[in-house]
Amino acid sequence: MTNLQLWTYCVVGATFALYIFIAIKARAGTTGEFYVAGKGVHPVLNGMATGADWMSAASFISMAGLIAFKGYDASVYLMGWTGGYCLLAMLLAPYLRKYGKFTVPEFIGDRFYSQTARVVAVICLIVASLTYVIGQMKGIGVAFSRFLEIPFNYGLFLGMGIVFIYAVLGGMKGVTYTQIAQYCVLIFAYTVPAIFISLQLTGVALPQLGLGAAMSDGSGMFLLEKMDKTLVDLGFAAYTTQKGSTLNMFLLTMSLMIGTAGLPHVITRFFTVPKVKDARSSAGWALVFIAILYTTAPGVGAMARLNLVNTIQADSIAPDTSQNLKIDALPAWFTNWEKTGLLKYEDKNGDGRIQYVGKNFKGVDANGKIIENEMVKVDRDIMVLANPEIAQLPNWVIALVAAGGIAAALSTAAGLLLAISSAISHDIVKGIIAKNIDDKTELMAGRVAMSGAILVAGYLGLHPPGFAAQVVALAFGLAASSIFPALMMGIFAKRVNNTGAVLGMLAGLGTTLVYIFWFKGWFFLPGTAMAPDNAANWVLGISPGSFGAVGAVINFIVALTVSSFTAPPPEHIQHLVEDIRVPMGAGAAVDH
Amino acid sequence: MNDARKYWQANIRLVIGCLVVWFVVSFGCGIFFVQQLNTITILGGYPLGFWFAQQGSIYSFVVLIFFYAWRMNQLDKKFNVSED
Repeated sequence: MTNLQLWTYCVVGATFALYIFIAIKARAGTTGEFYVAGKGVHPVLNGMATGADWMSAASFISMAGLIAFKGYDASVYLMGWTGGYCLLAMLLAPYLRKYGKFTVPEFIGDRFYSQTARVVAVICLIVASLTYVIGQMKGIGVAFSRFLEIPFNYGLFLGMGIVFIYAVLGGMKGVTYTQIAQYCVLIFAYTVPAIFISLQLTGVALPQLGLGAAMSDGSGMFLLEKMDKTLVDLGFAAYTTQKGSTLNMFLLTMSLMIGTAGLPHVITRFFTVPKVKDARSSAGWALVFIAILYTTAPGVGAMARLNLVNTIQADSIAPDTSQNLKIDALPAWFTNWEKTGLLKYEDKNGDGRIQYVGKNFKGVDANGKIIENEMVKVDRDIMVLANPEIAQLPNWVIALVAAGGIAAALSTAAGLLLAISSAISHDIVKGIIAKNIDDKTELMAGRVAMSGAILVAGYLGLHPPGFAAQVVALAFGLAASSIFPALMMGIFAKRVNNTGAVLGMLAGLGTTLVYIFWFKGWFFLPGTAMAPDNAANWVLGISPGSFGAVGAVINFIVALTVSSFTAPPPEHIQHLVEDIRVPMGAGAAVDH
Repeated sequence: MNDARKYWQANIRLVIGCLVVWFVVSFGCGIFFVQQLNTITILGGYPLGFWFAQQGSIYSFVVLIFFYAWRMNQLDKKFNVSED
């Protein structure tokens, strides 16, 4: 066993022991504890748990990679995945907490006095959450198989087992306290290597400032200036300039923001605090903890890209390739990632060295052969995980990154599985099928639903459908076009009635689904797309992933128009809306 | 006009004000006017528009939520609808 593997086993093993210890300490005894942790979580701690819940394998592993390769254009993810918290704090969280029930579909069903609305909300919730879980399961498997060098399946089973222990036993209570621990692990794991690398490159410890600072290599250039120059010299697009269309950037950012505010597993987190005013501040704390990672990520992305380029193109200007990375002297991280298939090269000009250039590069090597890009595959997802190895940081830091990636994936998976299981046991079993079951039976149903959800998620993780990567657009599209507008109108538009709300949700949902399926294939079946998925075919240049915001607007218009032509909601519903608008009298959790 | 309506209107005004700032720092500075702002650099070598898109908007969101929570607590007390 290598020194790195030993470190990884120790660090990952220690974090797992911690999660199980918390699970045993925080066992749920009532449905209130199972669904919303008894509404007794301090707002700062709840914010921390929300941070871990929100920051998935995608935030931890993929985002910095996206930034590294897209530069400025990746800002849509940074703004989109944080700006939604303003909408949550100001438009949804305090009112839903005041309402004081357990699930998102329950509020929609009660406010629009309609089982249909509740069922539509449950379906959106389950599809959006399951979509998301697949990615987490895959993230866990990848982290295990790379760092512990065990088969992907075993890593996945181990992850499922750990989630099973604390989510089934502890419900929201167990999940919340484990997420707090997982936040600490993941943020430590993310920031420590970032600080090391920022110090190496700029001499400034904070990556937030290092990204704007001058290089410490004596070139006298600022890091971003150096990025732009290096990339352009090598024929890549400049780092800080815009590549996509402005309209699409605007709509994608808006869709991600509205989608974030409409994702049920995030909203549910604000049901767990003691008071309405805690729901407001807790959204702020959640964003503080999220911002620590999200403001570090741009530094990580840029510095990882620069290190990667400089490692391969040692003397960045390409015509002289005599300093480039030699194929018979590849560093260990390179050969390790090559084994996973996520990194691949081809020595096209046969000079025994690797050239890494963009498609705009024109030049010939010493033998007069045209220089082409020889890094045929650099998967974006390896950037964060490989970053500390590329920068030659100590092994304990690399082990920490593995533990952090696993913590990020586990904490999000648990939050999603909880949202799915409570929708099944509370909204479907208790709300529709068997209204008279007692608390104990419902708790049992919750645990059975959770176990079922873990098995389904595990199966999908092992056999990911071919469209796994594309369905993220679907999750955000569903949340943005159906759930967020329904919740917002439920609170701010007293006049919206059941017909308006149901038709609005179906119109928003329908148009968004059709637009996504039109370009990606009906139900993502290969070969059924109606038009090629590229900017030339998109309506007004709007990509399928950006359509959620348009779907939301359609939902608002349909719901408000239909409601104004049909009967107003009954008096007791209007009173209900007036009641949730004031914090007074929130009280503890009430169930029916 | 009764107190409940005044409270709600004060709340709506506050939310609109906060959302205008929310829109300006992200969509305004980070997307629509990014090129104009990029002619200015801050904190060493950050082009200002780029800084807003990848750093400044996020800091502003945090400040906005706490400002909103603080003002709402004041309104709750003023109109006597606080939970305590």
